[in-house]
Amino acid sequence: MQKQLAKMKQSLFDQGYLDEQFIQLEELQDDANPNFVEEVVTLYYRDSVRLVQNIEQALEKNPLDFAKLDSYMHQFKGSSSSFGAKKVKTECTQFRDHCRAGNADGCKRTFQELKKEYATLKKKLEVYFQFARQAGPVEKACRPK
Amino acid sequence: MTVEEIRGDRDNYDNFPVGLRVLAVDDDPICLKVLDTLLRKCQYHVTTTSEARIALKMLRENKDRFDLVISDVQMPDMDGFKLLELVGLEMDLPVIMLSAHDDSKLVMKGVTHGACDYLVKPVRIEELKNIWQHVIRRKKPSQTKSNDQGKASGEANGSPTSGNGDQNGKFNRKRKDEGYESDDNGNDSEDPGTQKKPRVVWSIELHRKFVGAVNQLGIEKAVPKRILDMMNVEGLTRENVASHLQKYRLYLKRINSAASQQANMAAALGIKDSFMRMGSLDGLGDYRTLSGAGRLANAALSPYTSGVMLGRLNSPANISHLRNLTPPSLIQPNHTQNLKMHPVLSPTGQNPSLFQGIQSSLELDDLGPAIGSSSNLLNGIPNNPLMSGGGGFGNQSSHNMAASFNTEPQNANVIGSSNSLLFTEPFHGNNCSNGPYIQNNSIEFSSSANVVLGPLEDSNAHSMNMNQTNNQRWGENRQNFVHGSNNNFGSLNSHIPANDILSPLNRSLDQNGGIFNNQKMDMFVNGRSGGCASTLLQQNDNEKLGTEPRTRSNENFMLEQPKLQGGFVPQSYDSLDDLVSAMIKREQDVATPNCDFGFDDYSFGQGV
Repeated sequence: MQKQLAKMKQSLFDQGYLDEQFIQLEELQDDANPNFVEEVVTLYYRDSVRLVQNIEQALEKNPLDFAKLDSYMHQFKGSSSSFGAKKVKTECTQFRDHCRAGNADGCKRTFQELKKEYATLKKKLEVYFQFARQAGPVEKACRPK
Repeated sequence: MTVEEIRGDRDNYDNFPVGLRVLAVDDDPICLKVLDTLLRKCQYHVTTTSEARIALKMLRENKDRFDLVISDVQMPDMDGFKLLELVGLEMDLPVIMLSAHDDSKLVMKGVTHGACDYLVKPVRIEELKNIWQHVIRRKKPSQTKSNDQGKASGEANGSPTSGNGDQNGKFNRKRKDEGYESDDNGNDSEDPGTQKKPRVVWSIELHRKFVGAVNQLGIEKAVPKRILDMMNVEGLTRENVASHLQKYRLYLKRINSAASQQANMAAALGIKDSFMRMGSLDGLGDYRTLSGAGRLANAALSPYTSGVMLGRLNSPANISHLRNLTPPSLIQPNHTQNLKMHPVLSPTGQNPSLFQGIQSSLELDDLGPAIGSSSNLLNGIPNNPLMSGGGGFGNQSSHNMAASFNTEPQNANVIGSSNSLLFTEPFHGNNCSNGPYIQNNSIEFSSSANVVLGPLEDSNAHSMNMNQTNNQRWGENRQNFVHGSNNNFGSLNSHIPANDILSPLNRSLDQNGGIFNNQKMDMFVNGRSGGCASTLLQQNDNEKLGTEPRTRSNENFMLEQPKLQGGFVPQSYDSLDDLVSAMIKREQDVATPNCDFGFDDYSFGQGV
């Protein structure tokens, strides 16, 4: 179980879905706070739903309000990076670049990508956490090599 | 620094960093949660909130409740920088900015607003482990000051240390301003200049030497140490020079951007209203807004935004003032007419004074003779502070100055002082005599805004700020100087029913160096609103009577603003202003090279 978990985690890292920050959070887990990371991720997916909706709505407007989009993305990026969602974060950065350039199409395209990554990561993490719970409190400092 | 001593202040003797009381503000719940956990891991006492307003409320309720504040940059209810300014001004706590972006512009903004650090999300625990150093830095000065006079820790000044102040005495210390500010929090302190820390008074001669040294070295190479060596003034420390240099640089920047700002200001004027609204923030907010407004609203407004700022100062009530002010402030001399608008400004009472001051300043330009419009000017005071202060403060703060001004308690002083009759008196005397420095204001007003602030503090605290900011306006200095003084006066005027005073002031202003003369005034007014002070005064007097209370508020705002600025040495401004004024006086020519400080921000009309 543990091994599987570790492998899973390793692959997430290898594939670039997660980064160092995730590990940091895991290290914060302790007896007092055993499921910290899971809590964070859950909170994230709950909270960001609203944000995603806002962005989608904003993207439908014409012309696009880049400033607003930029500000949404600022927040999105912030929370995504807080727990190490690497790919999502990258898409956020790209999105912002498009915003700055006033590239409406670019924004829309990137946002689609972003949503994809966002959804993919969510699924993967769900599986991961399920495993984690089954595996029981595990070694925290299991760093992917 | 002796950590032991620092620790002594804390409950936790043995493990200083442990138990550090941190207030974390971030609208993003995920980040907040993560931050909270990380901080707890460092064994700090963490309080979190997702709203800046709540954070402010908590901070205001008990200033000793927290040691450190960490704030996100982008928040829906309040701009992180604004919060930063406010905290710096009011509570003099170290503030760390946090952001998902690492644009150097934002980082710069954080610096100019006085943030002690800027962290990029995601935050790592290693970074958080060291944040306690900022708390020590702030407190240290008191200790180290005595030990190491020459310590180049501006922070030392930061700690509200009257002691430091004493040490530095006359030198404007950046931090001092903060500390000063916090001590005085000029906004509402009616005590005329009670809290003022002895600052370094950058007299005209001193400033000249300074500028001379800078020019000789070249602006690129002008480092405080070298400047200090060149100036060869006894008793001047490197820190003094450093903070002064900083102000100067801001001034220069403002001057350069003044042109654009002016345009913005014009725009800003339109925006005034928005600013005014901004003012509603808490007054501080207003103030912030003003500064910010300048920036925010007009981006370019910066100095001029002070006009806007003024609006802010007035806080919602004053907003009306601000409106008036903003236009005038923003609008350089030309706008002075706008100043006239101010009458409205005075709504807040406080603002009126501020505005008045400002307005007067503004008006001074055009009005020069039209002091009568003083109402405008008077209102301008708020503006002025804004302008100079506001502009200087607000605007300045907006950019560079903002930091300096806003933070500068000086402004507050100025304003505060101005209100206090101090102005009026000095004003009279000063005005007439002041040519060079409004300082004569006796109030201290001229002495570098700081002074002004002091006395004015009460009412003119804002004015002071204004003045200070005005002072800051080197370029405008001349005028600013006048303004500064004027501002102070303005503020004072507001208080002082001295309508009569105003007139004499105006005259004196003129006398002073011609700077006061409308032309100068214009300059000041524009930049300084402070300069308008003379006008303001007049106005103030006129307006003051009624508006005084408002002006005060404005002033307060202004004061606040300066603080916000991030601890820029508002004080410095004072000196700058004073210097400028002095310089101006000295040289009738408005465009003293030195004056090229960024006062232009005021762009009022500085003519700089």
